[in-house]
Amino acid sequence: MSSTVMHSNHAVAHDDHAHHDTGGNTVFGFWLYLMTDCILFASVFATYAVLVNHTAGGPSGKDIFELPYVLGETALLLVSSCTYGFAMIAAHRGFKGQTLAWLAATFVLGAGFIGMEINEFHHLIAEGFGPDRSAFLSSFFTLVGMHGLHVTAGLVWMVIMMLQVSQRGLTDRNNTRLMCLSLFWHFLDIVWICVFTIVYLMGTI
Amino acid sequence: MFGKLTLEAVPFHEPIIMITLAVVAIAGLGIFGAITYYRKWGYLWTEWLTSVDHKKIGVMYILVALIMLLRGFADAIMMRGQLAIAEGASQGYLPPEHYDQIFTAHGVIMIIFMAMPFMVGLMNIAVPLQIGARDVAFPFLNSLSFWLFVAGAILVNVSLGVGEFARTGWVAYPPLAELGYSPGVGVDYYIWALQLSGLGTLLTGVNFLVTVFKMRAPGMSWMKIPVFTWACTFTNVLIVASFPILTATLGLLSLDRYLDMHFFTNELGGNAMMYINLFWAWGHPEVYILILPAFGIFSEVISTFSGKKLFGYASMIWASGAITVLGFVVWLHHFFTMGSGANVNAFFGVATMVIAVPTGVKLFSWLFTMFRGRVQFTTPVLWTLGFMVTFTVGGMTGVLLAVPGADYVLHNSLFLIAHFHNTIIGGAVFGYLAGFTFWFPKAFGFKLDERLGKGAFWCWITGFFVAFMPLYVLGFMGMTRRLNHYDNPMWQPYLIVAFFGAGLILCGILFQLAQLVVSLRNRESLRDVTGDPWGGRTLEWSTSSPPPFYNFAVTPTVRALDAFQDMKERGEAYLRPDHYAPIHMPKNTSAGVIIGLLGAVFGFALVWHIWWLGAVSFIGMIATFIARSYNEDVDYYVQPDEIERVENRHHANFAAPRSVLNTQSVAEQI
Repeated sequence: MSSTVMHSNHAVAHDDHAHHDTGGNTVFGFWLYLMTDCILFASVFATYAVLVNHTAGGPSGKDIFELPYVLGETALLLVSSCTYGFAMIAAHRGFKGQTLAWLAATFVLGAGFIGMEINEFHHLIAEGFGPDRSAFLSSFFTLVGMHGLHVTAGLVWMVIMMLQVSQRGLTDRNNTRLMCLSLFWHFLDIVWICVFTIVYLMGTI
Repeated sequence: MFGKLTLEAVPFHEPIIMITLAVVAIAGLGIFGAITYYRKWGYLWTEWLTSVDHKKIGVMYILVALIMLLRGFADAIMMRGQLAIAEGASQGYLPPEHYDQIFTAHGVIMIIFMAMPFMVGLMNIAVPLQIGARDVAFPFLNSLSFWLFVAGAILVNVSLGVGEFARTGWVAYPPLAELGYSPGVGVDYYIWALQLSGLGTLLTGVNFLVTVFKMRAPGMSWMKIPVFTWACTFTNVLIVASFPILTATLGLLSLDRYLDMHFFTNELGGNAMMYINLFWAWGHPEVYILILPAFGIFSEVISTFSGKKLFGYASMIWASGAITVLGFVVWLHHFFTMGSGANVNAFFGVATMVIAVPTGVKLFSWLFTMFRGRVQFTTPVLWTLGFMVTFTVGGMTGVLLAVPGADYVLHNSLFLIAHFHNTIIGGAVFGYLAGFTFWFPKAFGFKLDERLGKGAFWCWITGFFVAFMPLYVLGFMGMTRRLNHYDNPMWQPYLIVAFFGAGLILCGILFQLAQLVVSLRNRESLRDVTGDPWGGRTLEWSTSSPPPFYNFAVTPTVRALDAFQDMKERGEAYLRPDHYAPIHMPKNTSAGVIIGLLGAVFGFALVWHIWWLGAVSFIGMIATFIARSYNEDVDYYVQPDEIERVENRHHANFAAPRSVLNTQSVAEQI
């Protein structure tokens, strides 16, 4: 996305940078995109809120959620936000090796989160509590799964960023992309905190 | 291997469809042959299909919109023809299952594949020029948006010949749209066509918001932004805030249909009313997405051709803002009959009526703009005046429908059909056609024939009233929508009149086609050499027609609202600098068209459950996007000597009349 920015074609952009205003527009555009993503999640959260008690004789959240397990998942994702933060600090300082190392750490933590989530889904489905069992389970699997798909997309993006940074270094273009991925990653963290609170914590009370 | 797809999917036994397909095939082969014969494939590929130029993308959007208008209108006149004869013993010529597909396709096409691209096309052509920018913020993304929209349009059209389209109405309410009641592929075509084009629209919204927020010419503060650009900005706010809801809703419906989930089903706790709420939480803002840019066009047109600045610019902007906010709190008026209780219905009824206030502010602003102006009755002005009368009628019937008590009687009757056609045709479509005539010379360098344009207008507006006023009456007489047969002889005369109205609109469309042909033939005498054929007020008229690919040789500096009018009055219009600076421009890319077409394959594969093809095309889309991210050779600089050459050619065209022009505008002031 960032590759298509038009730099400094109006006077305002000339002001503060000697060279091109790298990706200011891109980061702003990405913010806007994230807000649309936020509304996407909001729609599914609302759906979940409507359907949470429509268990149709099947299990409710209380019956199937294992809080300690989900707490582990949550810890992985939250720590991965920290490691991504360290990657950004390293990138700002221009330390390519450190940036790559922190990105790799973030990837491992994110992949661990996804692995745990797949495991949780697998267990539920194996026990007969799949998304086709009830409206509650449909909305549970969709909400959590949609977050998981976003994280997976973030992981793919992270692999490509690691490749591009290792091949081309911390160029302006790559730094802008790292910044966008950073926004994306922290955004998914915030969404997960809402999932953890609304789905898992409130579901087990 | 081919999922559910077999040869039986092609409706060989339906003569109407087969004849249509034959005509499309012959026309398609003709166009294909002509392009090949004149060796234009290379030109088409490098200059148009891979272009990231917002003006060309805008032209392509409108071209597709006009083609889809023909298809959508064919559906409309078939329905009117059916209802004119299908009374009592006569069954008409359209069986129910075919009729159901036609009204669904008509609605989907007219809203999503005619009105939306027409609006986005005009926005593409005009907005960057109006704010003095060289392109949009993300030119590649703009190309991608267009091709994703085309992918959706392809799916809708493929459904005509392979399989079927949805029989659910354009809203696809469950449980009818669920697998149990719509086991065919129609709803799946509907879902993927809307998902692909909706994604394109969403990206357009983000793109143009960044463009308007970040790329305005120096000096253009918020309250100096041209009113059309403001209108589009509010529309884009609505797009980014509402289209994700559509994506989510259709996503949930697909999960019901593909993975046996229970969001909207009758069984296991599903809730169909939730779909209807979510759908209209997008669907109502969508109405304002369509109408706000039309309001912007009318404002530009009426101020230009009255030779005056727009009356009440600031209140116009605030009115659009108010409509944007209120547009999000009225969705429930589409289903007062859900039975959510008197208080809830009262809230949504009142909120709906309140929207009439900012809209009224706008109407009075247009009237006062004309007051004591020297109004020229050009085609765009006729569309504007026609709109003001027609839309007022539509608005008033809307206020009537906003009364929950009245709505219980009129819900889903032809009164409703008459109302929303009254606002969408009389509001949005008239607006787009005004904008089309208004900006046509900017996009192509020559004006459209006025006489044929006026003929089109008179046919459209009389046709509109003849076709839709009887539907109001039929609504009061109790006729509901989506009937393909009736046994009340009292209704028939009105339906025959409505059919003739549709015939008049057809004449209007024929006039417009003739207008395009005649104008193209007479383009030399209709040529716009100055770039300012109407005495325009905003920056798009300060550059040549068609504009050079870089739009402005020198980024204009804005000192006033109506920046170009201000330049003309100061005698600063058309001034040339002593030298040009290099201009930074994006390069064309094939990534957009490749991803878009793979998107069409992806949608088709999922419709027919051809999983391997779906996986391959999806991976192809992602891989193309990643490959694009590796390409760093995405921009270049236009050198001063080339700019000099282009500008010399333009200025040589009107060297003599130029001084006259400047004195003229000064004289107008006096």
